[in-house]
Amino acid sequence: MVSALPTTALAYDSVAEGTELPEIRTRVRRADLVRYSGASGDFNVIHWNERAARAAGLPDVIAHGMLTMAIAARIVTDWVRNPGAVVEYAVRFSRPVIVPDDEDGAELVVSARVAKKLPDHRVRVDIIVRCGADKVLSMARAVVVLP
Amino acid sequence: MPLDPAFIGRTYPAVEVYEVGREKIREFADAIGDPNPVYRDRGAARAAGHQDVIAPPTFPIVITARIGEQVIFDPELGLDYTKVVHGQQRFVVTRPVRAGDRLIGVLTVDNIQAAAGNDLISTRVDVSTEDGEPVVTAYSMLVARGTSGVATSDPSKA
Repeated sequence: MVSALPTTALAYDSVAEGTELPEIRTRVRRADLVRYSGASGDFNVIHWNERAARAAGLPDVIAHGMLTMAIAARIVTDWVRNPGAVVEYAVRFSRPVIVPDDEDGAELVVSARVAKKLPDHRVRVDIIVRCGADKVLSMARAVVVLP
Repeated sequence: MPLDPAFIGRTYPAVEVYEVGREKIREFADAIGDPNPVYRDRGAARAAGHQDVIAPPTFPIVITARIGEQVIFDPELGLDYTKVVHGQQRFVVTRPVRAGDRLIGVLTVDNIQAAAGNDLISTRVDVSTEDGEPVVTAYSMLVARGTSGVATSDPSKA
């Protein structure tokens, strides 16, 4: 599955502070958690076993924080077109993403805006990720360096 | 019981080389649902200015989480892993990880503290090539909920 992204990189001079990036909506289902466990090597039982999740005091199985962080990064990398432009990326995991055992799973809504143009062709983007009413990532920000 | 602050500043030298595989990058990109061709196609990666396919920005966690286990699972530290959640994560990138890289990581314990009943441990893994070229630094903060002996509270407020 190769997407037809434009190959021209986004230029620093074309970027304006306050610009909203195109929103991303993604569903995360149990099968996605199993797949991410395998790909990442994070087999913590709270990401695939309800019994273990409840024993740990959680309402149900939760998504890997790093999966949410990875999904959120895409709003920036799709926008700049070159993922190699990301020079810094930081998040706080403020709420767990609870993934019920059904067809719908959990829906993540990722939004972002250009927060600041920095020196040396760097741009800071602030990201918000919501799952229902919960803000699941806070203080999420990426810095990209643009041509 | 609070974690031993004597661990602060402790460093764990690199133990093994991680060789970044092209198919591992593809597998990871598939798992995060990102179809970007620079993670799969050498031509697309070259067109974007890279020597070979590059890995997504959070891919380094595959390497650094395993390295971090040296301290997380250190019995001397006494961290109750069943209570641990990921509090914060940050990557500072010198250059993207790419297929064929042979990487090593040096682990450092940056901080240990108790806050609102939780134990917090902050670590850093400095990842470089085996020849010493810096690639990325991964900063992780883990929260052990309710383990420091006081009332439990929301780890995000820590």
